[in-house]
Amino acid sequence: MSALLEVDNVTKLFGGLCAISNCHVRVESGHTHGIIGPNGAGKTTLFNLITGIYKPTEGDIRFRSESIAGLRPGRIAIKGIGRTFQNIRLLNNQTVLDNVRIAYDSQLHYSALDAMLRLPRFGRDEKQSIGESLELLKTFSLADHAHGLAGELPYGSQRKLEIARALALKPDLLLLDEPAAGMNTGETADLTEFLRWVKGHFKVTLVLIEHHMHLVMNLCDRITVLDFGQTIAEGTPEEIRANPRVIAAYLGGTGDED
Amino acid sequence: MLDHVLYLAQQSINALQQGSIYALIALGYTMVYGVLTMINFAHGDLFMLGAFACMLLVSVLTPVLVVFPPLLSFIVILLLVMIIIGVLGASIERVAYRPLRNAPRVSAIITALGCGLLIQSLTLVIFPYSKSMPKLFTNTTFELFEMPHPDAAGASVTLTITALQIVIICVSLILMVALDFLIRKTRYGMAMRAISFDSRTVPLMGIPVDRIISTTFLIGAGLGGAAGMLYGLAYPVIAPSMGILVGWKAFIAAVVGGIGSIRGAVLGGFLLGAVEVLAVVMFDSSYRDLISYSLLLLILIFKPYGLLGQAPNQKV
Amino acid sequence: MSAFLSQIARNRWILPTLVVTGFAVSILSHYQPIFSGYTQIILITIGINIILCVSLNLVNGYMGEFSVGHAGFMSLGAYTSAVFTTKWTPDIPMLFPVAVIFGGVMAAIIGLLLALLSFKTRGDYLAIITLAFLMIVKSSWENISYVGGPAGLLGVDKYTTLPWTFFWVVVTMFVIRNLVYSKFGRAIIAIREDEIAANAMGVRVREAKILAFVVSSFFGGVAGALYSHLNFINPKYFDIVKSTEILVMVYLGGISSLGGSILGAVVFTFLFYQLENMGLGYWRMVILSSLLILLMLFRPRGIMGMRELTWFLPKRELKGRRKL
Repeated sequence: MSALLEVDNVTKLFGGLCAISNCHVRVESGHTHGIIGPNGAGKTTLFNLITGIYKPTEGDIRFRSESIAGLRPGRIAIKGIGRTFQNIRLLNNQTVLDNVRIAYDSQLHYSALDAMLRLPRFGRDEKQSIGESLELLKTFSLADHAHGLAGELPYGSQRKLEIARALALKPDLLLLDEPAAGMNTGETADLTEFLRWVKGHFKVTLVLIEHHMHLVMNLCDRITVLDFGQTIAEGTPEEIRANPRVIAAYLGGTGDED
Repeated sequence: MLDHVLYLAQQSINALQQGSIYALIALGYTMVYGVLTMINFAHGDLFMLGAFACMLLVSVLTPVLVVFPPLLSFIVILLLVMIIIGVLGASIERVAYRPLRNAPRVSAIITALGCGLLIQSLTLVIFPYSKSMPKLFTNTTFELFEMPHPDAAGASVTLTITALQIVIICVSLILMVALDFLIRKTRYGMAMRAISFDSRTVPLMGIPVDRIISTTFLIGAGLGGAAGMLYGLAYPVIAPSMGILVGWKAFIAAVVGGIGSIRGAVLGGFLLGAVEVLAVVMFDSSYRDLISYSLLLLILIFKPYGLLGQAPNQKV
Repeated sequence: MSAFLSQIARNRWILPTLVVTGFAVSILSHYQPIFSGYTQIILITIGINIILCVSLNLVNGYMGEFSVGHAGFMSLGAYTSAVFTTKWTPDIPMLFPVAVIFGGVMAAIIGLLLALLSFKTRGDYLAIITLAFLMIVKSSWENISYVGGPAGLLGVDKYTTLPWTFFWVVVTMFVIRNLVYSKFGRAIIAIREDEIAANAMGVRVREAKILAFVVSSFFGGVAGALYSHLNFINPKYFDIVKSTEILVMVYLGGISSLGGSILGAVVFTFLFYQLENMGLGYWRMVILSSLLILLMLFRPRGIMGMRELTWFLPKRELKGRRKL
């Protein structure tokens, strides 16, 4: 059975710098998959490769058995891969609602002519876009802020909005880059439950980059460990916890980073 | 065969002359871009002012200058022009650009456009008609080489260079070498390069950013002014529209070389000089601008950051 | 008082009424001497400037690029439409709208080229490419004797009238406003704000850039076509100074604000002619450029900033507005 996402022996060189080499990741549909590793191990670079910001120097990346290596990021997003960023990248000067709507726009199919002449198809699609985007915001308890600017939201809400925005793409795969960054223990626990709920409610496969080990160990079905751009281990949380290479490279002890 | 070589050599000398002037102007653009990441659209008009400043200075100082040998008065005027235009350039930065350093980038660019336009239109008000540049020294022609013409009996083919061409090329080379020394061997140069890499942490290291930037404008504008004076001497009819016609071309040359790179500016300037001369040699002179711009655009399409430039890195 | 103003702002009938009235007045003026010949020329010029301003705003304001080549699109429209009416279909005034569309299409084709170039470059580098393109177009006209070379094109009929100008202004506003408040406009704005995020949001960046450049250059060409059938044209007119004037109008009025563009065009044109009337012809550019510098120092986003005239906003956007 083939996996939802397969990173197959990928290498990425930036000039002389080798950011990722012989990396392999296998994400099964319906799982929550964690990507961990020390800082600079290449985790975000891996996300950038998957989402098409970079093109692999060698190797292949397959989504639903179809090669997506080297495709443009917009196309990959439309194919069903949503993501959030390590440093939140919201459109701060646009409204909360518009942030979601712009992601939802990929589901609308009216033409430029429809828009210019305000033909009926335009009106229907726009109404649908507003309706569904507001619904999405409601499920994230952000509907009250719909017409406020995204940049004015508190930090935690901004993170939620970024996830909501990614979900507006109706993706099968959701890549989250350090969703718990800057959170304390209590907030991290809330986030763990929240992500469990997101996965169930929206039926998405999650891939997380994270440093908060509690979150990773509790939430993830499988974990891939990167170090110096290479996959050094992949397996269940128990297997990873016991893996001597991982311990040596990263966990350095009990594996508690909070 | 030899006559073709001579012809090529002759055109090369012309190209060197043109290229030197373009390189000087391009350096001004590139230095400012390096420290402020800003295109100083007013620079072309500072170039134009260099020519006019020279003209005014000569008319004012003639009674004093006739005493001195031509070479000395030339150097004096050149230095004065460089200082005046340099100070003007630094003043523009102080008054119009510095307040906008934290504003959206577009505002600074538009302000620069406005300053350039202001300079041009003010000059047009004062000098509504083209003026002619004074002669600072007799432009003797030196024969470097002569040989009998292969086709026409009794005629000969010569390779010549004029005193003016020698002066232009030498002055430009001296200025460029001095600038290179300044950038690579002095503390000011080091500070300038530091700012061009990362302008935000540099003040934290005790470098007086404002002063360095002012100095950069001073030098860049000074070079532009010198170029203007040299250009005016080579093409003695000057008009306020010179800034647009010549300055913009040098700007594109700086970009083609790689904006922000000193070597790139010099490369771009000489490349433009060569292309222009070649264009006139091979085609009708009216096509000169068309060919120059088209070639420059072509290079930019394949190397969008210039020949020696680098793509800005963006962390995702 | 502010409640009353708020009422006016929310009224959806004012804009259509203004448009109809404008049409009526302009058609009437064609048959009755309501306006003097001089006033008509000024009004037509304002109209042309509005079209230039709004179309440039699409690329420079909404998409956040810095194109200095708009005068080039204007010249493409001007020359191609003039050739159409003068050389290909002489003495057929009825074909004027076709000529204008032709001019727009020719400009749009080159706009498409520029859009393709914009895929690989952004920011300053794209600005430089637009500059090079402007110079190339200008040099081309100077070298093509078919269009008169450096002396310009002679014998173009003066087809541009106030009704036609008003018509094209309305078409421009209609099309661009409708595009801005649609998924296409949202995509363009997203590209301006954060192109990488836009990509991650599934925005079709390439299509959006093509649309923006093509629409912008089309209407730039339309403005040029109107201009060439009003005034004598020569290549020197469509240079960086002209591009700068259009830039001034856009940044004066307000980037990414359609109402701002209209305001900027009106104010600029008015000042332009008024200064000449006051005998300050030579000083005109001095004053205008000084004003521009002052504007950038004190109000960098233009008179209207990025706020839109409420009559242009779609009804559903008004619902969410916190204050007016």
